[in-house]
Amino acid sequence: MAGPPKRVGLFVTCLVDLIRPSVGFAAVKLLEDAGCGVEVPRQACCGQPAFNSGDRATTRAIAEQVIDAFAPFDYVVAPSGSCAGMLKVHYPELFRGDPNWLPRADAFAAKTFELVSFLVDVLGVTSVEASVQATATYHDACSGLRELGVRAQPRKLLGSVRGLTLTEMRDADVCCGFGGTFCVKYPDISNAIVGKKAANVAATGAGMLVAGDLGCLMNMAGKLQRDGNAIEARHVAEVLAGMTDAPAIGAAPPAASASPPHQPAPPPTTPLKPPPAPGAAS
Amino acid sequence: MTHVATSPRFKENAHAALADPELQNALKFVEVNLIQRRRDVVDRLPEFDALRDSARDIKNHTLAHLDLYLEAYESKVTAAGGHVHYAVTADDAKAIVLDICKRLGAKTVTKGKSMVGEEIGLNDHLEANGIVPIETDLGEYIIQLRHELPSHIIMPAVHLTKGQIEADFRRAHTNLPADRNLAEARDLLTEARAILREKFLAADVGITGANFLVAETGTSIIVTNEGNGDLTQTLPKAHIVLASIEKLVPTLEDVAQMLRVLARSATAQEMSVYTTLSTGPRRPEDPDGPGEYHVIILDNGRSSMLGGDFADMLRCIRCGACMNHCPVFHAVGGHAYGWVYPGPMGAVLTPSLIGVDKAGQLPNASTFCGRCEEICPVRIPLPRMMRSWREREFERHLSPATVRSGLAFWAFFAKRPWLYGLATSLASRLLALIGSRNGRFRWLPLATGWTRYRDFPAPQGATFQAQWKARGTQRR
Repeated sequence: MAGPPKRVGLFVTCLVDLIRPSVGFAAVKLLEDAGCGVEVPRQACCGQPAFNSGDRATTRAIAEQVIDAFAPFDYVVAPSGSCAGMLKVHYPELFRGDPNWLPRADAFAAKTFELVSFLVDVLGVTSVEASVQATATYHDACSGLRELGVRAQPRKLLGSVRGLTLTEMRDADVCCGFGGTFCVKYPDISNAIVGKKAANVAATGAGMLVAGDLGCLMNMAGKLQRDGNAIEARHVAEVLAGMTDAPAIGAAPPAASASPPHQPAPPPTTPLKPPPAPGAAS
Repeated sequence: MTHVATSPRFKENAHAALADPELQNALKFVEVNLIQRRRDVVDRLPEFDALRDSARDIKNHTLAHLDLYLEAYESKVTAAGGHVHYAVTADDAKAIVLDICKRLGAKTVTKGKSMVGEEIGLNDHLEANGIVPIETDLGEYIIQLRHELPSHIIMPAVHLTKGQIEADFRRAHTNLPADRNLAEARDLLTEARAILREKFLAADVGITGANFLVAETGTSIIVTNEGNGDLTQTLPKAHIVLASIEKLVPTLEDVAQMLRVLARSATAQEMSVYTTLSTGPRRPEDPDGPGEYHVIILDNGRSSMLGGDFADMLRCIRCGACMNHCPVFHAVGGHAYGWVYPGPMGAVLTPSLIGVDKAGQLPNASTFCGRCEEICPVRIPLPRMMRSWREREFERHLSPATVRSGLAFWAFFAKRPWLYGLATSLASRLLALIGSRNGRFRWLPLATGWTRYRDFPAPQGATFQAQWKARGTQRR
């Protein structure tokens, strides 16, 4: 792309920061490959847990901090539709009627994007240099899908990954039951919802489950694993960056594959391994 | 007396619902059939989204000028020989109904489906005063036999299987041969029709709800698929319409637009089978019709929603599409919500009507997946309003102490990114160390809600920010 490199502030998201930094590094690689200069200002959370718990004062305090921290950048990019939706859609809502902060929140929202939609819609990326031998099914996480219109973009880029076959599950656009604090406030209901999702994932026979939100992925992976299902769950950024060497979400590292018999660990997959046979997943 | 809400026990209700195999079986109908049918019928109408905008605008306009439209409506009803009664509370509405019934010496009243009737607990009130109410909508008839509330606003008995309904009919219709065949849905329908036919002819008063009240003409409109509404309102001495204030629309032209989004959203039909318009009582030249025509317009807290955070909810046309598309409703059904209105619309409306102190669980029991807002024919921002209820709860210290203290603990760190970085850095390394063998945990303290049903992944090691910082140091 022409012009000086775009200065992108990566909003890494608290779950990626804590649980799965490899998603953050995959996002950095994708952004750098697309010609961006990536920086990571000190950050915590977007404030969504407080926002959805009705604690507006805390949410505002956090939002002001985030807007300040990312002020120097041309763009703010997050590898999560949920967090990006919070920054892009809900921050302006939070400051509605505040003449000092609303313009700042609006400007911040205008330069904020979910990672894959940023690559495709803003940078015009049409393909990636990556390969993995796998059949994968893609779950549309709710906030990315309904708040930000992320649907075609990840499928388009996944379609350019060498060796990857995409297969659609039934109800790919239906909630996985994560819902942030919902899954611990209403564990029974969340379990019923993710149970249906896990069944739909398993029914595809795919060896890999891909989505753009780590929270949803942890929920679905955790359920599949509890059910003894060996489908690998990976963040879309990792697959697009060709970074599928690391163990899948919640999978044991290859060196320590000796897990208890009641808890079958998914086979560690390298990019050159053949895809799991359909049905092996169930 | 209105129904005692079990909404405060939502969690227990949900738990029981999830463990009820018959209910789970019945709920599949909603999830599997209705969504696809709606999608098909909507896809066949390219201007559907434009019609939704129009429907939203019609309702917003009416609500902004509700006083004027109410007055216009009342004068038209009066001119047509009908009577308009305003009921501020549920008790007021019940008293008005009872007065009319008593004056006419009514022994039985037939009822078309009315959610406002459920809201005010009309049947119990009539029975307590020696008047027999008979529900004539098949679904309502079934749940009346069972002494239940509807579990869905347009499919009251959707929580039941055919086998359960057959058992209810055999229990209730004892004068029919015990060996009759009731295996098919059609058999059940035929039996109910035969029984209801006598009731229609014997009823003294007919009570219906209203989908719309038309200010231009003083007309009340109901849509049904069984024709029971027509018989309910045409045959008896008096027709009473029970409607809440937000049913007003300005003109018949507006109704034509609203009907196009209503039927598609509700039942995936282009039009409901019967769309019945009533304007006043029977005129001298009419071959039939009720001798008296009364409209009871109920407020019951709605006018205080005007102009506030929940005003958008008054646009609701009671199609039920939000619950048809709700993963939580699919999991637990309507009765778990514990009062008259279930699903996303109930999660917003119920706290307005019975108090957030009683119904606070409802707006919390949402994943905010946004599907309800995505399909709402009048574009009600349901998730936003559920969040507004959570804010009220938080402000009034109604949310559970464990939630509040957990949130405060987390917020202490989240508001201090450097401290947050330190804490997560330690936590990630510790958890990574403990969880390195299996890559995940089957049990975690403070997260048993998660680990009861799912494994939790172990962190990979140092946090991203710690690694990034180290990488930056290396680069230099």
